[in-house]
Order: sequence, then structure tokens, then C-alpha cells
Amino acid sequence: MTMTKEFEILDHTADVGIIAYGVDLKQAFANAAKGLFSLITNLGDVDEALHRDIDLTAADEESLLVDWLNELVYYFDAEGILFKRFEIIELNDTHLKARGYGEKADNTKHELKTGVKAATYHMLKIEKNNGYRLQVIFDI
Amino acid sequence: MTSRWKEIVKKIDDYRWEIPTSYKEGMSVPGLIFSSESMLDHIFEEHAFEQVANVAFLPGIVRYSLAMPDIHWGYGFPIGGVAATRVKDGVVSPGGVGFDINCGVRLVRTNLTEEEVRTRIEPLVNELFCNIPSGLGSEGKIRASGKELDEVMVMGSRWAVERGYGLPEDIVATEESGCMKGARADKVSAKAKKRGLPQLGTLGSGNHFLEVAVVDELYDRDAARVMGIEDLGQVLLLIHTGSRGFGHQICSDYVELLGQAVKKYGINLPDRQLACAPVDSPEGKDYLAAMASAANYAWTNRQFILHWARESFAKVFNKSQAELGMRQIYDVCHNIAKIENYDIDGKTEKLCVHRKGATRAFPAGHPDIPEVYRGIGQPVLIPGDMGRYSFVALGTEAAMAETFGSTCHGAGRLKSRGAAKRSLKGADVARSLAAKGITVKAGSMASLAEEAPQAYKDVSEVVEITHQAGISLKVAKTRPIGVIKG
Repeated sequence: MTMTKEFEILDHTADVGIIAYGVDLKQAFANAAKGLFSLITNLGDVDEALHRDIDLTAADEESLLVDWLNELVYYFDAEGILFKRFEIIELNDTHLKARGYGEKADNTKHELKTGVKAATYHMLKIEKNNGYRLQVIFDI
Repeated sequence: MTSRWKEIVKKIDDYRWEIPTSYKEGMSVPGLIFSSESMLDHIFEEHAFEQVANVAFLPGIVRYSLAMPDIHWGYGFPIGGVAATRVKDGVVSPGGVGFDINCGVRLVRTNLTEEEVRTRIEPLVNELFCNIPSGLGSEGKIRASGKELDEVMVMGSRWAVERGYGLPEDIVATEESGCMKGARADKVSAKAKKRGLPQLGTLGSGNHFLEVAVVDELYDRDAARVMGIEDLGQVLLLIHTGSRGFGHQICSDYVELLGQAVKKYGINLPDRQLACAPVDSPEGKDYLAAMASAANYAWTNRQFILHWARESFAKVFNKSQAELGMRQIYDVCHNIAKIENYDIDGKTEKLCVHRKGATRAFPAGHPDIPEVYRGIGQPVLIPGDMGRYSFVALGTEAAMAETFGSTCHGAGRLKSRGAAKRSLKGADVARSLAAKGITVKAGSMASLAEEAPQAYKDVSEVVEITHQAGISLKVAKTRPIGVIKG
């Protein structure tokens, strides 16, 4: 089973957020990451030329979500990597193992839209009700 | 429908509105919003009251959770929020500083007039745009090593000046002399360093900018003269940027670390983004040491940008630095936490003053401001949006007595970035600015639409409130003629 909607953009006066959906938490985490990169660039222009493995431990599910997105912000900011697809290999309350596929940003190929400083805990929601719905506000 | 706030707040006078502690259980002090009655409608609709109330939960908070008139909804703390906590038994919160640590403004005077600059504005804006790296994903021209970055964290502006980027007097005309004490490179993560290295000497994107401005109105000619602002039509330069990915990563790291400290010290908070630790705890001290490192990075960053701006002016106008007279007026932080002394109930108390989207506003005679300004007070720099105006003001005794030496920092957003982009096109924004005599060069058209003047409150309303309330006094108004956006 797949969800028809992966994510949507949420307006916030000073910042911007996303709402991500998934049949399970893994899919919702992957869609949240996709939502994040859709703010930065047009995902259709990104090829899967490289991948990065991510392994995170956090205090709880909420921290894990914020850490996951901040780890991806870090890869973009420090290494210029644009991710377009994510495999969540392992996920429980405190641990996440994932692989992100994408390529290095290239200004002749990718339009860079919004700079994301960080994912925040502000209005953060992880809701389970016929699948998962995640809400995250980014500082941009 | 918008008057429901009237049931919540208590009017103190036309510019001061109190949120009583009864508004939300857990508030240990009331909230105090500096605003006009008409601006409160918008502040209330934005749920900023809730955030002012949430900040009042912080252990050790003194007197009030304060909000400046440019307050808008942030994450955890409102933007435009000021909170002072006791060092002996209070907390420090990275959310009370923000992700862009020491995002700030630097103002520079010139001997040039509007007439002279208008004839060369296109080449000037192009030269500035080429000479100063800006935009998302841009890298700086400074190739610092890891060891050099460690030095930047501890030395601040002086690191750049010693290498020929700027003048010793630039340092004197900078808050904290461009170097916050207590910075420690070993309290900064490897990730922050990796993000920070390539971005040193870059303007960035979002609301950061470089503006060629003209003096449009003078309210206090004597004070203006002390700052080197002599007359209407004089050209000034405004630089607005911060600590880039370096500061963002430090904030993210410490929100996480202090989130654990909240449990360890048994602190009760209504919002996880307010994560904090006792100022005097190992966690609190580590954050302050990392924050100071980011503050020093930001000052070094603005120092590089000033140097390249001076180069660009010299090239375009074919004049020497002496002829151009590009002296730095001042450089202020808008996002910072500082340990400062205040008189509380007749006793001197050491406080940790969080200014998140607020400007320090020290009065005449204060020992922490440059000697040249001791007779008039500290210059306060308040940028507006790119189509209207910005202000220069002065700190006051009233700010010391009421707002822990703080005032507003800018216009404050009115429309979300999405709403601005939906209703405006970057090209139209550029055209309408051109029609007003403002030449703009931006890294992306989307960022131009997001940052359009219509997306912001009118900064003159904000500054009028702080002026009438007496927490900062207007000196000059400037208007842009050339703008670089990331």
C-alpha cells in the first residue's frame, strides 16, 4: 500500500514547514526528507549519482526526526549534496539507519531555491492515525 | 474578531501592553509587549502572545518576558523577544539566541553623495555582486585552514584586520570590539566547523543583504554628526549577515544537548525549542563558549565583506580610501545572549540577556560603548525592507531601566515566504524597485519575491513605537538606491 500524497508545504510567517505522510513511520521519515529537499531545489532535476549512509541515535522519536532532517541539512550545507530518494533501513524510537541517494549541487543544472538553516521542534508533530502524519517547521 | 486580545492584555500606556501571569499556568513573570494598539491585532493573530508567555516559563527570568514591536512568530522564542535570566539560578537557552547566531548589521559612512553614486549605480551594484560571494550554496574566497578557523572563533574581527581586511578602527566601532570573550573552539562540533570553513566571507541568502543607502531624513543632527552623518543625500553602506551554517549547526547541536539537560535539571518547559540549561552548569557554559565562537565568526564575516565593499567602491569611483571616507559607524548583533549587570531592586545583579531579533541599546556614558559615542549613546541599526527605509537610532537610559538595554531590530515579516511568492514575481519586484530608483541584483528571482517590501511590516511604525516609548531615539532615516540579495 502507498499513500497518494507524500508531503505538502506548510506556510509559516517567518519560516516554512512540511507535512509528510506515510503508511508507516519509515515511509513518513523518507517523505519528510523529500519534502525538505523539495524546498531547496526541484527534485526532478536531481540524479542519483551518489549515496550517503546515515546512522543516528537520539533520545526519542521526536529528536530522531529533527536529527534526521538536520543531518541532511548538514550534508547539503557542508558537502553540497542534494538528495532525492531515501531508503529507511532501520527505525525505532531511538535509532535510525538510512541511505540517501542524490548528487552534488551544480548551479548550471539545479535551481537552488530556499536555504534551510535547520529543522526545529517548534510545532513538531508525529501523529499516528491510519498511517503517519509528520509536521516539521524549518528555520529558513 | 481581532479585539479578543483586549480581554487578555492589560494596557499600561499607548505603547506598553502586559500579558498577566494568569494567562498561562507556569509563567513566572508577566509578558510585556511594546506595540501600538493597531499593531496588536496582527501580533495576536500570529499567536505571538503564546510564545511571549512560554518564554516566561524559563527558570530565573527577571521582571518580564519582553517583546519588541517588530515581534513575530518564531520557533520557541518569538522573534523580537528579549529575556533576562539570573546567572546564579537562571538558565540560558539557544532558542533565545536563534539559529543565526550574531546575525547583525554593520553601517558604514562615505564622503559620496547620491548625485555622484546614481550615475555609477549599475556598475557599483554589479561590482559589489561580483566581489562579495552571496546566494545559496556559494563559497567564500577565504581559504582558511581548520587551525585558522579555530583562531577566528577566538579572535573575531581582529583575525581579518591583522590579515589586511579592514582597519583597526573598524574593530573599535563594533559591539564587543568584534570579539566576544569566553569563546572556545573545543566546544564547537566538527560538523559546525565543516559547515563554517567554506562559508567564511559570504553574505548568504534569505533576508541577508548589502545595501547602498542615502540619508533621507535627520532627526538629531548633532548625534548624526558624531557618527559621521553630515547631511541629507550622503551615501551610506549597510551590511546584514551572520554566522552562516557555522552558527546554524552550533544552535542545532546545542538545542539537542540542552534538550537532555532539561531532563537532567528537571526543568518544566511548554515547548522543546526552548531547551535550556542553568547558565552556571557545564552544559550552559559550553553553549555560551560555542555561541561566542559563532559570534566571533559572524564579526569576522562582516569584516571581510566590508573590506571587499571598500575595494569595490574604490574601483568603481576611482578614488582612494581617504577620498571615499568609508569609516565604519557601528556594528551590532541582533541575535545574541550576553552576561550584563543590571540594577534589580537596588542591587546589582548579573543577568544573561537573550536578544533574539533585538538590538542592544546602551545609553550615553555606558562603559561598554566606544568612547566616541559615550556622549550620545550607542548607535542602534534597524534595517527595514529593501524598498522603503532603514533607521539609525540611539540607546537610552529608559532601555537600561525597562528592557535590559534592548530595542527593536527591524521590520518583522508580515507575509510568509510562500504567500509572498504566490502573490509576487521576482521580476515584477525588481521592476517596481527600479521604478522607485532602486537597483537590485539578486542570486535568485524567488528570493527577490520572498523578500519583497510588501512581505514586511512598515519599519517606520516599529521605530516610532520604540522612539515614543523612549527605549531608543531616532537619529536618521535612510532609503536604499542599490541592493545586493543572496
